[in-house]
Amino acid sequence: MSSHPASAVSTPVDSRRRWLRRVLVTIVLAYAGFLIIAPLAALVVGALADGLGPVLATFQNRQVLRAFGLTVQISLLVVAIQAVFGTAVAWMLVRDDFRGKKLINGLIDLPFAVSPVVVGYMLLLLFGRQGLFAPVLQALDMRVAFAVPGMVLATLFVTLPFMIRELVPILQAFGVQQEQAAATLGANGWTTFRRITLPALRWGFIYGVTLTLARALGEFGAVLVIGGGIQGRTETATLYIYRALDERQYVSAYSAALALGLFSLLLVLGTELLRRREESKQ
Amino acid sequence: MTHLQAQPAGQPLPTATPTARRRPWGRWSVRAAALSYLALMLIIPLLVIFQDGLSQGLAGMWQAVNQPVARAALSLTLRTSAIMVLINTVMGTLTAYVLVRYEFRGKSLLNALVDLPLAIPTLVTGVMLVILYGPQQPIGAWLENTLGWRIIFAPPGIVLALLFVTFPFVVRAVQPVLLGLDRTVEDAAATLGAGPWTIFRRVTLPPLILPLTTGALLSFARAVGEFGSIIIVAGNIPLRSQTAAVYVWGEVESANRFGASAVSVALLAIAFALIVLVDLLQSRRNDSQSRQQKEAK
Repeated sequence: MSSHPASAVSTPVDSRRRWLRRVLVTIVLAYAGFLIIAPLAALVVGALADGLGPVLATFQNRQVLRAFGLTVQISLLVVAIQAVFGTAVAWMLVRDDFRGKKLINGLIDLPFAVSPVVVGYMLLLLFGRQGLFAPVLQALDMRVAFAVPGMVLATLFVTLPFMIRELVPILQAFGVQQEQAAATLGANGWTTFRRITLPALRWGFIYGVTLTLARALGEFGAVLVIGGGIQGRTETATLYIYRALDERQYVSAYSAALALGLFSLLLVLGTELLRRREESKQ
Repeated sequence: MTHLQAQPAGQPLPTATPTARRRPWGRWSVRAAALSYLALMLIIPLLVIFQDGLSQGLAGMWQAVNQPVARAALSLTLRTSAIMVLINTVMGTLTAYVLVRYEFRGKSLLNALVDLPLAIPTLVTGVMLVILYGPQQPIGAWLENTLGWRIIFAPPGIVLALLFVTFPFVVRAVQPVLLGLDRTVEDAAATLGAGPWTIFRRVTLPPLILPLTTGALLSFARAVGEFGSIIIVAGNIPLRSQTAAVYVWGEVESANRFGASAVSVALLAIAFALIVLVDLLQSRRNDSQSRQQKEAK
């Protein structure tokens, strides 16, 4: 790292390479600073512009607490559903074989590329007042659009790939030998799955849950369209931030945005720390 | 392994027949559960929107997409996404290169920063950019008054938001491939008198083209549908800063069902095409990898 060339060994090529390295590293660090760090710092400064008082007041506001509570509820429900069905889909993609499997495998990545607004709109076409399922919902006296069930469905759609894409490679690498051994020793399918396959998938679950949660906590477009952002009823944390900006309550909006961002960030950071600890143990 | 030893000893080993008979039931029920979940979550919604968008025929859909406001929104979306992809491809490759090849202070911080956009809600990204570059903020006012650059409520803000949101894609696609490259080939080229740029262009870059393209296409796919950050950064000004996703939202709000469906189908078609392309590229990469492994053996 020292800037003095190692006396006799140094050649013009060496110094040119060192110079190139310095330029490239500077460019990349400057780019990351400009693109990522500067906006982050701006958010912190913006939220704390009037001191800590207004920030704390924001989190005593009942509307804010309610919005964050709804976000957490929807996210946890989505993670639970995704863990169960994501495992089933991943297992089917790796261990099962039937015609059309390849097509399904391709479709799984689609939610990643579909606009959240389109997701919300699709659900509106299905569950809205003139939607395809409207007669059924009316007969059952159930509300999906402009209600929490619709928002759960929307969040399920946008987070569909995460759990599956984490589990598939692990299932593939794990192979079937240990499962076959268990079966030979008399374990039935469910016992084998619970005692052999599930523990092997642990890290896939941890990553899948983290990614799904982070995406669910921050979902905006899809829940805006299907939920309508009705204050106190279908207003999640992101929808609250959007409304606060619209009503020019900037400090509240910035504080809530900072809290939501920090929350997701800590989640991802925590997983990373957990992984490092596990690695250093081995 | 301890779980297995917990099995009661002395039990006769089951013959193959009962397991074989039991197994398909488990397999079928998992398959049924997985397929019905996917049908409900994915396939039925997609079919409904295609049916709605094409209800007036292809010509009707074309007419709705070709209306001035819709066309401007789609064109703005594609243009800003294309600019983002260009910058992201160059800077993403450079970032991956620096992360893999060099040791420097702040390297682990940079590595962590790359994944950060995945953890930040895109709406929050938009809020950050508005605080930084908004016309009432010091930097934003300076840029606008001194240089005449408008960032917020204009295309540059959209490009910035897209760059933030898609920052990890190219880096994370290129990084593992770069890590696996054999550096002795580069050393050989250097010994033969090639300069760093020639080495990069003729030796390092060619194996990176495939992952680089995959990352670029993924970031493009993600950008075309982006909404949360853009509605904050660009607002909803028709013909000026309204992207396709924002246009669809406006049409849904004003209950213009056909306009919303037609542009949605256009967006979905782009998403489909890109995902299929990425899938093809990835399977080609896997093929060539397994071929190389066979040759190595």
